[in-house]
Amino acid sequence: MSDRKEWPLWEVFLRSKAGLDHKHCGSLHAADGAMALQMARDVYTRRQEGVSIWVVRADQIVASAPDDKAALFDPMADKIYRHPTFYELPDEVNHM
Amino acid sequence: MNAATNPHVNYILRLADGSLVLAQRLSELCGKGPALEPDIALTNIALDLLGQARLLLSHAGTLEGQGRDEDALAYWRDAKDFLNPTLCELPNGDFAQTCLRAYCYVSWQAVLWAQLQQSSDAALAAIAAKSCKETRYHCEHLGDWVLRLGDGTAESHARMQRALDYLYPYTNELFDSDATDEAAAAVGLGPLPSTLAADWQAQVLPLLTEATLSVPATVPFHSTGRRGVHSEALGHLLGEMQVVARAHPGAHW
Repeated sequence: MSDRKEWPLWEVFLRSKAGLDHKHCGSLHAADGAMALQMARDVYTRRQEGVSIWVVRADQIVASAPDDKAALFDPMADKIYRHPTFYELPDEVNHM
Repeated sequence: MNAATNPHVNYILRLADGSLVLAQRLSELCGKGPALEPDIALTNIALDLLGQARLLLSHAGTLEGQGRDEDALAYWRDAKDFLNPTLCELPNGDFAQTCLRAYCYVSWQAVLWAQLQQSSDAALAAIAAKSCKETRYHCEHLGDWVLRLGDGTAESHARMQRALDYLYPYTNELFDSDATDEAAAAVGLGPLPSTLAADWQAQVLPLLTEATLSVPATVPFHSTGRRGVHSEALGHLLGEMQVVARAHPGAHW
């Protein structure tokens, strides 16, 4: 059919059993959110990878431009004082 | 003893063959789905059904006691010995018919698994308990397609209505009871199929209505696959499914 439209692209985020946060795992095409969830279940959790799924329409994500990388991130390179490596931690605090 | 003379084996084989034949039909679409995502989804469902078939066939083979394992039962029986409802063997047709046929069957399975968890056959009860969850997902996924296509464009609605008109008479068989079913019900193996109709309709009819489809009037037609009398489609399906096993008997990976 000539008026056939592509389904929009959705980004898929999974929370694994061990993980606390959702991690990006890939993308897929689906007509709407409900279908995207079902598709994500079939495409990305076939091997029990997840216990929770988020889907987000790819065109709803506002992303930084690769060309802005230098302006956005390079100025932090010489500001080592922003890292908390100058503190001496007591031994009792193990898991910082 | 021939399987046909043992109602317990027959009862299990009917369920096993329903899952096996529908799995084979759905797996025909592997790599040919309308898009990558539904292709994977339908193939997943096919694999789940195949898993059910393997458990049920193994169980039937054990009960039969003739030394036939799941492979012997799947690959070395001919069409007349298959006991799946005719609904499962019908050609896929278009995507509407593919989804609706599978939906009609898995929604029947959903009603049946719920009852079979109380079966007097502990192995069957365990298979039902295991299959229950996956079948719930199959119903959701396939039902979703019935809804989307039924209540979709003029073209998709027309195709889904055509599929319903074609398939609906074949659902009659799912609720037919014969001597095998009565024997099964008498020993608490499973419910009489006729008692499943109300629950099935309560699940399916609201969805069809929501999908803006008109449910065809009941017709006197009853298909007879569960008694081993099949449509011509089954022979072709089995030819493809069994050809490798029969060309290389006893072969291993």
